[in-house]
Amino acid sequence: MTILAASDIGISFGGIKAIDGVSFNVRPGRILSIIGPNGAGKTTLFNIVSGVYECDQGRVELSGENVTGLTPDKLAARGLSRTFQNLQIFQRMTAAENVMVGRHLRERCNLLADMFRLPSVTRQNSETRGAALALLDDVGLRGSADVVAGSLSYGACKRLEIARALAAEPRVLLLDEPAAGCNAVETEEIDELIRRVAAKGIAVVLVEHDMKLVMKISDHILVLNRGKPIAEGLPREVRDNPAVLEAYLGKHGAREAARA
Amino acid sequence: MLQKIGHRYLVLIALAVIVAALPLIFPSSYYFRVASLVWVSAFAAIGLNILMGSAGQVSLGHAGFFGIGAYAVAIGPAHFGLPTWAALVIGCAISSVLAYLVGRPILKLKGHYLAIATLGLGVLVALVITTESRWTGGPDGMPVAKLTLLGWRVSGSDTWYWISGGLLLLGTWIALNLNDTPTGRAFRALHDSEVAARVAGIDVARFKLQAFVIAAAYASIAGSTLAMMNGFINPDQAGFLHSVEMVTMVVLGGLGSVVGSIVGAAVLITLPQLLTVFQEYEHLLLGFIIIVSMIFMRDGIVPTLSRLLARRAQT
Repeated sequence: MTILAASDIGISFGGIKAIDGVSFNVRPGRILSIIGPNGAGKTTLFNIVSGVYECDQGRVELSGENVTGLTPDKLAARGLSRTFQNLQIFQRMTAAENVMVGRHLRERCNLLADMFRLPSVTRQNSETRGAALALLDDVGLRGSADVVAGSLSYGACKRLEIARALAAEPRVLLLDEPAAGCNAVETEEIDELIRRVAAKGIAVVLVEHDMKLVMKISDHILVLNRGKPIAEGLPREVRDNPAVLEAYLGKHGAREAARA
Repeated sequence: MLQKIGHRYLVLIALAVIVAALPLIFPSSYYFRVASLVWVSAFAAIGLNILMGSAGQVSLGHAGFFGIGAYAVAIGPAHFGLPTWAALVIGCAISSVLAYLVGRPILKLKGHYLAIATLGLGVLVALVITTESRWTGGPDGMPVAKLTLLGWRVSGSDTWYWISGGLLLLGTWIALNLNDTPTGRAFRALHDSEVAARVAGIDVARFKLQAFVIAAAYASIAGSTLAMMNGFINPDQAGFLHSVEMVTMVVLGGLGSVVGSIVGAAVLITLPQLLTVFQEYEHLLLGFIIIVSMIFMRDGIVPTLSRLLARRAQT
């Protein structure tokens, strides 16, 4: 059963085809990695699937429904959540508040009730905060709950983004380079975290440059180069694919690698 | 969480004590008038701060809504025989509806473009007020009928002091309430990152519009109150300079700080009164003080001071 399916996605920026004919699908509880050299179009693909960009061609389906062109907030309401390669943290809010925003869709939000702070609002607030603290605990940030997010380290912000994305209780989670800038220990933590997420039945789509992590964790890998799919399959199939080696290392490098 | 709730009521109690205690040291009714003016301006600034400080959207035309509120309580009773309090409510409704209708297209703009668009809105309102002299008395302004509540004619600067003080407490309470609710968090989230807010499921356009309407309603009620208090109104209240003054109160006091808006209003209203001893240098000094405080307290008076205090408490 596929939960997220993208077919024949294409988008151009001023005559340049940034993405051309890319398709993929993910099932609940599975991890799909999208890899490729810098500028291959991985983040652009994420932006299309999460509704930040509108694609010129192709179709995105979420649980069998056509969701092409829906805005990010509508997609979020249908169970799609994501993190960002360049951090998009709410800097002036505390870590706990960041995650509480992630629960926006799970909260009743009524302007008048909020203005006059009806008892139901206070009650809901403590529920939301409780859920946020549990998620912070999951990503190892429980101790920083009341720290302003802008003063957290890069690695902590990466994990905070994951906690915020999970707060919406998504069915599909897109992670854009969650291990970027992380040291070996932090990467290990991210690895475990992603596995736990998938174990809950959430479909994970991962963009990542850390090949060790990708090879270890992925159920399926899609390789892009210059906006086009060049290979896909199981981690070991992709690793030995000459087209992939060439995309990463160039023709000469690929020959060297084959000899080694 | 308990701390947060505590903080909210601490601020309210402190403010109530200040409002209640100030008259004890007032030597003349002139002081009641100045303080009332501070409370009313602070009320408007708090509303604008929800838009600017929380939701991060600028408005350079907010005096337009202030003017609509002010002229509503002047025109309503004079031309339509409405009770003054009803005119206040209608003025607030007109401001809110106008903010809703105009906000839809212009809140798609960002930064400088939004500033210019809101400026245009303010100028437009001021222009209508100045030119429709049959209704508004034109540039000369018009008198405002006394407020009558259940047969009680409200007058006297001390009475208005208590009314405006009560209003300020109400406005402060609502603004503090909002901060830590789904709505308030949505405002602050879209301020920091619109794209992340949208991905979290926040309908950014809707919340920007809500903040704009709230700020417009605050300004309108402040305008009505000032007009009733003064018993007279002129188009300057809706003019561009007044819009800038409101923005200055918010920024000087501290973006996003409710207490800051009250302090900002207090500084901007009382400073000119204090500086009158310098006569013709008054405006020069006022401008100088604002420039200097922006250089040394870019985050505004209240956030800067509270950070200093926190640091001192640590050492």
